[in-house]
Amino acid sequence: MNELVFFINNVVVSGIVSSSIYAMGAIGVTLVFSIMRFAHFAHADMMTLGAFFVLGLTMLFPEIGNAIGLPSALILMPIAMVMTALTAVGIDRTFYKPLRDNNVKPIVLVIGSLGVTLMLQGLIRLVAGTGSRSMYIAERKDIFRLELPGELATRPIVITEPQIILFVFAVGAVVALHWFLTRSRLGKAMRAMSDNPDLARVSGINTNTVIAVTWMIAGALATAAGTLLSLDVTLKPDLSFFLLLPIFAAAIVGGVGHPYGAIAGGFVVGFAETLAVFNWAVLLRPFQDMLPAGWELPTYLAFVGTEYKITVPFFILVAILVWRPTGLFKGKVL
Amino acid sequence: MPLLDAHAVHGGYGGMNILNGVDLSIDAHEIGVIVGPNGAGKSTMLKAIFGLLQVSQGAIRLRGEDITNTAPNKLVQLGMGFVPQEYNIFPSLTVQENLEMGAYIKPRPHDRLIDQIFELFPPLVEKRRQPAGELSGGQRQMVAMGRALMTEPSLLLMDEPTAGLSPMFMNEIFARIKEINAAGVGILMVEQNAKQALEIADKGFVLAAGQNRFTDTGRNLLDDPEVARSFLGG
Repeated sequence: MNELVFFINNVVVSGIVSSSIYAMGAIGVTLVFSIMRFAHFAHADMMTLGAFFVLGLTMLFPEIGNAIGLPSALILMPIAMVMTALTAVGIDRTFYKPLRDNNVKPIVLVIGSLGVTLMLQGLIRLVAGTGSRSMYIAERKDIFRLELPGELATRPIVITEPQIILFVFAVGAVVALHWFLTRSRLGKAMRAMSDNPDLARVSGINTNTVIAVTWMIAGALATAAGTLLSLDVTLKPDLSFFLLLPIFAAAIVGGVGHPYGAIAGGFVVGFAETLAVFNWAVLLRPFQDMLPAGWELPTYLAFVGTEYKITVPFFILVAILVWRPTGLFKGKVL
Repeated sequence: MPLLDAHAVHGGYGGMNILNGVDLSIDAHEIGVIVGPNGAGKSTMLKAIFGLLQVSQGAIRLRGEDITNTAPNKLVQLGMGFVPQEYNIFPSLTVQENLEMGAYIKPRPHDRLIDQIFELFPPLVEKRRQPAGELSGGQRQMVAMGRALMTEPSLLLMDEPTAGLSPMFMNEIFARIKEINAAGVGILMVEQNAKQALEIADKGFVLAAGQNRFTDTGRNLLDDPEVARSFLGG
């Protein structure tokens, strides 16, 4: 039973955590692609930037969460979401819109976003330094230990407060996004523009408004994902480096341009990562007694070492591009 | 005053002139049909009217107002609708959502407008919640026309509305076009099925090499032996 608890803690819980984060990032990548037809490489840095906005606000008001018993960073996150959403619109107006107005090829926008990546990374380091930061300034992280009934399991299932918040938030964000895309006038206009930009323009849809709303959603979700990840672990300026590949892999696995595909892709990539680094020898341990004497089970049996976790989304990306380039949900080919 | 009046229109893509002086005029409540061989500039003329292509010389007027090189979304507000030949629907949106997008610039609710479209195209009613991309060719064409009609235009431009349709659907679409026209919408369309189109046309324009070759009523063009021999296949 302890082995099962170990599996839940190391695969189920952490798989859900990284999947939710990748899904929220991938939704942004996929929305930007479906509206503006380019791969936005600066997206992971928007996640980092959003988290640093939260950190900045938390340093200003470290005690604000005490009254209601939630982390201060979480209370301040909505403000940072608005800040990042506006920054994203500002970046678009300053850097991407002039390129679009000149009818450049998508690759020029991609390279442009690479420039924005470097700029954002530089700015973040300039202001916040290069070290790791904890998002908990005046509080401690709540950790819940769920003891299982019965005598077989002696170890508890461990879940932290930010992990729970992350999951609840991700589910809420997905439901809200679904409602927005299928029920609201603007959401439908977004899907229309993704389907057929020329016809959308001919129908009188204001494409500039749709573009601005797309950036706002992408920026807000990026902030939430970056903040909740930093609450769970720590905040580092190079956070984006470990997020960029998984969120692009998730967007492509799900089928670029499909918000629901991005969610599915996030879960595929998130769980593939955790299952690949999981030490499967632990689950085999109970069977040690059944083996003939002298046969030893290995103590360590994982597909890749934890330090090579980042290679997993890379392999998924290559595999999906070779065998099913349109992704699970038949998206556009990048 | 004519509803649409184009005079000596020149234009083309990237400096290459396709239109070399096209004259065209239809009155309110009329059906105008542009026919002619491939490469005559039929679709190009339609795009030039709808501001999708730079007009280098000549003038286009809607009810006397100059609309030469006006942006498409502006023209929609002035009461023009356009049904492109291809890519004329939003495939992943449902039929109902396609229609809603057509009326994007109109104040809501759109229920009355949508009901009008369903009255005109009854087969769409039961498909209203289905993605438009899953419909048959004829039904897609109905969605495309329905979307353009949602703004209640006074002039509807259509680029080959029956292209690729089976004869049965073709007759259905022609019948609907007459019905739309009877409701007071002026129509200008490009057609490959020239004979059938000219039969319902008040005015016919036979283009060749970017210029008018014959301009007359639909009936007279059909009866003209020279038009019949050169353009209608004998």
